[in-house]
Amino acid sequence: MKNTNIIIATLLSVLSISFAGCSKKDNPAPEFQETNLAPLSIEFDNIVGARTFTLNNTGSPYKNAAGEEFTISFLQYFISNIKVETAAGKSYTVNPDSSYFLIKGADKASRFASVKVPEGDYTKLTFTLGVDSLRSTMPIDKRTGVLDPAAGGDHENGGMYWGWNNGYIFFKYEGNSKVISDDANGDPTGKKQFKYHIGFFGGYTVPTINNVKVITLDLNAAGIARVRKDRASNVHLFVDLMKVFNGKKPFSIAEHPNVMFNDFSSTVAGNYADMFKHDHTEN
Amino acid sequence: MRKKHWIVLLVFGLFVLACKKDNPLKEEIEKFLGFQKPSNFPEPVYKFANNEVTKAGFELGRALFYDPRLSRNNTISCGSCHIQSAAFTQHGHDVSHGIDDRLGTRNSPPIMNLAWNKAFMWGGGVYDLDLQPITPITTHEEMDESLDNVLNKIRAVPKYTVMFKQAFGSEEVSTARFMKALSQFMLMCVSSNSKYDQVMRKEGAVFTADEQAGYLIFKDKCASCHSEPLFTDGSFRNNGLGTSAVNDQGLYAVTLIQTDRYKFKVPSLRNLKYTAPFTHDGRFLSLDGMLEHYNSEVKDTPNLDPLLRKNGRLGIELTNTDKVKLTAFLGTLNDEAFINDKRFSEQ
Repeated sequence: MKNTNIIIATLLSVLSISFAGCSKKDNPAPEFQETNLAPLSIEFDNIVGARTFTLNNTGSPYKNAAGEEFTISFLQYFISNIKVETAAGKSYTVNPDSSYFLIKGADKASRFASVKVPEGDYTKLTFTLGVDSLRSTMPIDKRTGVLDPAAGGDHENGGMYWGWNNGYIFFKYEGNSKVISDDANGDPTGKKQFKYHIGFFGGYTVPTINNVKVITLDLNAAGIARVRKDRASNVHLFVDLMKVFNGKKPFSIAEHPNVMFNDFSSTVAGNYADMFKHDHTEN
Repeated sequence: MRKKHWIVLLVFGLFVLACKKDNPLKEEIEKFLGFQKPSNFPEPVYKFANNEVTKAGFELGRALFYDPRLSRNNTISCGSCHIQSAAFTQHGHDVSHGIDDRLGTRNSPPIMNLAWNKAFMWGGGVYDLDLQPITPITTHEEMDESLDNVLNKIRAVPKYTVMFKQAFGSEEVSTARFMKALSQFMLMCVSSNSKYDQVMRKEGAVFTADEQAGYLIFKDKCASCHSEPLFTDGSFRNNGLGTSAVNDQGLYAVTLIQTDRYKFKVPSLRNLKYTAPFTHDGRFLSLDGMLEHYNSEVKDTPNLDPLLRKNGRLGIELTNTDKVKLTAFLGTLNDEAFINDKRFSEQ
């Protein structure tokens, strides 16, 4: 009897220990508290179709669906308004004052958008490609950091602010392709350059084109984000620049080598809205 | 002994107090009044709560306004194309003449009564005075400089270190502070002391018979767009100029809305004596030419303002007598005190 009791007690304690061990491993989602913040990063890993992203790889250019070979010389885009949601539907929007990021193709370190969100298990991620209309019309004091109109210097050096038409360039993508003509419809400088500077937040006073794209990704399939104080959860996204040409409405570089401030910008924006694919999450 | 000490101290103290009394009087005379809304003007549009005009801020803004460091090769200041004697326009230039003798495509607009402006530039695109200076600074034909570099140049000048501290409490030169100081200077450039203003405020001035007759013609034929007392309603309209060689499409260029093609901002009629040539591309060298445009030269281009197409006729009929009287009235809108105000001059 005594022995059995001891055995049962031992078994129970072993079980409970192993349960405790299990629960530790599972790390159940803590109660959702807006003030209980922990780090989360979203990695914008640029790729080009089936290949890695490399600037000016003239030796082995990329090729789009139209069969046009091209290289990329410049890439920058704004990511903003990051929001996460749990399976139970609890959502958290990062304070807008610390939710604007400029991802730069030439600067690998800039690929992370690092924010703080409450501890929890997140199955859904939402962010904006671009700068929303509210922020685009804010007073000068609110335009700091990457949103400072002085940031990045002039347009040849990464500046993302349009002075003549108050607003930000959301997505700046430049490169070269032999298919570009040397006349006014192409690149009269003979450099065979394509330039896509896409902005337009919908207008200050009257509605104009709105190229602000809100992107929502379901994280269930490739791994939910388990955000805890003692770890660094990283949602790793692939950002496929090939989609700009081969997206919903494929277009040819030769036909549209320069898209800045015109109606076709909506087509480019419609395409780049589909660049983002959740590859995996590092918890 | 001790008592004596106290008395000496007390007397000395009183003496100090007495001396101090003198100074506030001097300060009173030189007191900076800040932005003041003329009594015959509406409430300003600019949000002063966000950028209160102070003496130090205004003076910093003025120094920046006249500083050629704002341009790539330190040759062009804001004041180069906005000359006070020309009511802050570039008199005699149809289009602005900027860096390296480059020419723009539009006429330099006056820096005047900007606190009431809802939109900036002839073709819109800028809707906040605090963001406006970025345009001329970065435009290829104007100052051709980056904002970033301007701030770096400003940071290196000891004079500005002191001025930024006085204006904003610390030496930091940020985009926001730089813009706010420029705004403070420009906001102070209020033109409200023309004869018209004195008549309206009943300050003793009286219109002549021609001026009065011209005022009535103005109210009948011009005031629907050039509304009092700013003499613009701030709207964008196509006044039938006919397309230019560069085919400037005005507001359309920043909205891409078809119905905005060829619309330009209605300019104020104040200070016309100093601001010729007229219209967005400065094509009219005189007031006569401008009035004749409305009388007989209006072109039927897309989005022509309906007010310029009445009773099956293009334009606004103006007889020679009408023109004489109208010109007399428009003359009452010239503000000599404004173009001579020492506060707005390069120091």
